[in-house]
Amino acid sequence: MITLSHYLILSAILFCIGLVGIYRRKNLLMLLFSTEILLNATNVGFAAISKFYGDLTGQMFAFFIVAVAASEVAVGLGLMIVWYKRRGTLDIDSMQSMHG
Amino acid sequence: MEAYLYTALFAPFVGSLFAAMFSNRPKNLVAGIAASTLLFVSWISSVVLLLHVAHGEVVHVKMMDWIQAGGLAIPFGFVVDQVSATMMFVVTTVSTVVHVYSIGYMDHDKSFNRFFAWLSAFVFSMMILVMSDNFAGLFIGWEGVGLCSWALIGFWYERDSASWAASEAFIMNRIADLGMLIGIFLVYWNFGSLQYDVVFSQVNGMESSILMLVTAFLFIGAMGKSAQFPLHTWLADAMEGPTPVSALIHAATMVTAGVYLVIRANPLYGEVPEVSHFIAGLGAFVAIFAASMALVNRDLKRIIAYSTLSQLGYMFVAAGLGAYWIALFHLMTHAFFKALLFLGAGNVMHAMNDELDIFKMGGLAKKMKWTMIMMTLASLALAGIYPFAGFFSKDKILEAAFATEHYVLWTTLWVTAGLTAFYSFRLVMLVFFGEERYKIFGFHPHEAYKYMLWAMAPLAVLAVIAGFFEHDFVHFVSNMLPIEEYHVSSSTFWTLVAVTLGIAVTGIAVAVFAYSRGGFSKKLEKTFIYKLLFNQYYIPKLYDDFICKPYAEISRIFWKDLDLKVVDATVDLIAGTIYKLGMVSRVVQSGNLSNMLRWMGVGLLALLLAAILYSPIR
Repeated sequence: MITLSHYLILSAILFCIGLVGIYRRKNLLMLLFSTEILLNATNVGFAAISKFYGDLTGQMFAFFIVAVAASEVAVGLGLMIVWYKRRGTLDIDSMQSMHG
Repeated sequence: MEAYLYTALFAPFVGSLFAAMFSNRPKNLVAGIAASTLLFVSWISSVVLLLHVAHGEVVHVKMMDWIQAGGLAIPFGFVVDQVSATMMFVVTTVSTVVHVYSIGYMDHDKSFNRFFAWLSAFVFSMMILVMSDNFAGLFIGWEGVGLCSWALIGFWYERDSASWAASEAFIMNRIADLGMLIGIFLVYWNFGSLQYDVVFSQVNGMESSILMLVTAFLFIGAMGKSAQFPLHTWLADAMEGPTPVSALIHAATMVTAGVYLVIRANPLYGEVPEVSHFIAGLGAFVAIFAASMALVNRDLKRIIAYSTLSQLGYMFVAAGLGAYWIALFHLMTHAFFKALLFLGAGNVMHAMNDELDIFKMGGLAKKMKWTMIMMTLASLALAGIYPFAGFFSKDKILEAAFATEHYVLWTTLWVTAGLTAFYSFRLVMLVFFGEERYKIFGFHPHEAYKYMLWAMAPLAVLAVIAGFFEHDFVHFVSNMLPIEEYHVSSSTFWTLVAVTLGIAVTGIAVAVFAYSRGGFSKKLEKTFIYKLLFNQYYIPKLYDDFICKPYAEISRIFWKDLDLKVVDATVDLIAGTIYKLGMVSRVVQSGNLSNMLRWMGVGLLALLLAAILYSPIR
């Protein structure tokens, strides 16, 4: 039997994977992917809890997040393409022009 | 009547603002004429008010609330009663004359407009001082005249001596004003109000020790403004200012503010004989002390300044003896003849290219007939010769001293009357008569402008006739001030008059006789007494050696050792620490996205932990 806990554990695992991705990867594209994983980890959590309480608000919120994530990708990818065209790399260590 | 009150008060202010608009511009005659005209308007209003209150009515207005804090309520209130109406009349009369006179006197000065701005501002402050119906308003006026006096003494600020004298006057007055402020605080503390009528109505129920403190501290303020010993040194140095300023501020009006304060607060002073006796004693001392310094001085204006000091002493004797109306009467007559004397001195200075040494003058009567006549009139009034104004008021003071059996005071004042007559005529003789010494020094004296002489004429008339209004004056102020009849038998009275006149005439005779024959022998100048008097009893030197120099040394120690080594060092340490912390921590701002994300993770974790640990739901 798959219970709420399983879903929440899945959500937590996905979140951790996303977090590790953000911390470890140096490619900006990979960072964007990791962010998507983070967002979808929360989506899983929202959907599961929504189902558990029989309240549709959580699922609606998940849809919102999907929409926000989509627009974020649209903007983010555009910026990245411009950046790549200019610098030829997406390595975040090369983006340090504002160090103190 | 309210309209007249506001006109009298604010016309000089408008004049001041108008002249101030042109303060940086080259000479603009309109500024002077407008200021003088507005002063004249103020004079007319004051006369109307004077006639109005002569019927015994009092004009009391509250313009607006000023301070409302807890139990403290101070309005901007003005009162015109017999005392303030007299003061307003004196102030506006003298200042109108001085304003018109200044148009001629400051003719060639590049800061003509600035002069009128400050002069009118002074009159405005003085009007606030005399018209206020509470101690706080009085204090505002008090400080206002102090400020204007500073600006006018130091009017020619490019001269070091002038700016030094201005600062000296200002600082001396600040010292005294501290006493005055404490007095005002004590009044509020004990009486719960600063309104004159409220305070004076409660005098009877007060403990005498409190009254003594209040009056003593208020008198310290009066001592500073009226340049009484030991705060007297600034007045002689204040002669650095333009002569019209000396006539208006340092003879007729501002320096009498201290006397006015004592007269105004007479219900308080009347209850504390100890303080009143002290005032009378100090007054008599200053009278003879200042007169003795005037005997030997060679500086035209300083002689008159010392005589002012001496006459202020007379006023304080009268006030200290409880004869407040006599003090006010002498204040009035003195204002007229002393302002006249100063304006005459201004004419002489103009004629002599600002030379002040009276031993370089002499024989000026031929060139400056009218100035000579007016200064002689003023000197006769000052010496107290019948029928000039000074006779009536000064004689009254001596009579009061005699009748109240203060024979020491009487003798002191009597001797001073002789000295006054002597030094006044020493000045007149050395300046206007005798050998024409100015020729040796290459001066070409000339009489002042006609309109300057005409401007002085009202003062000359008043200096002659003001004394005859004595009985009207007594009747006029009898509502406000206690009038005591002094019971001396008529034979004693006439003896007193004769003795006083006698010594005054003797003084004049000695001066005329001695200086028409070339003065005293030079040997006298070698004597100890001459040197003592000439150096003003070495008091300025004493102040310099025992107060100014140690103070400067202490200040230097505080600056070098305390301020630089402790205060500045502490502040620098704090600033340096913060700066170094910044230098250390700036590496955090690497600009590296991964790094920043890591810091974000740390922060998130910390906040999460905090939220869990300090969660209100647990």
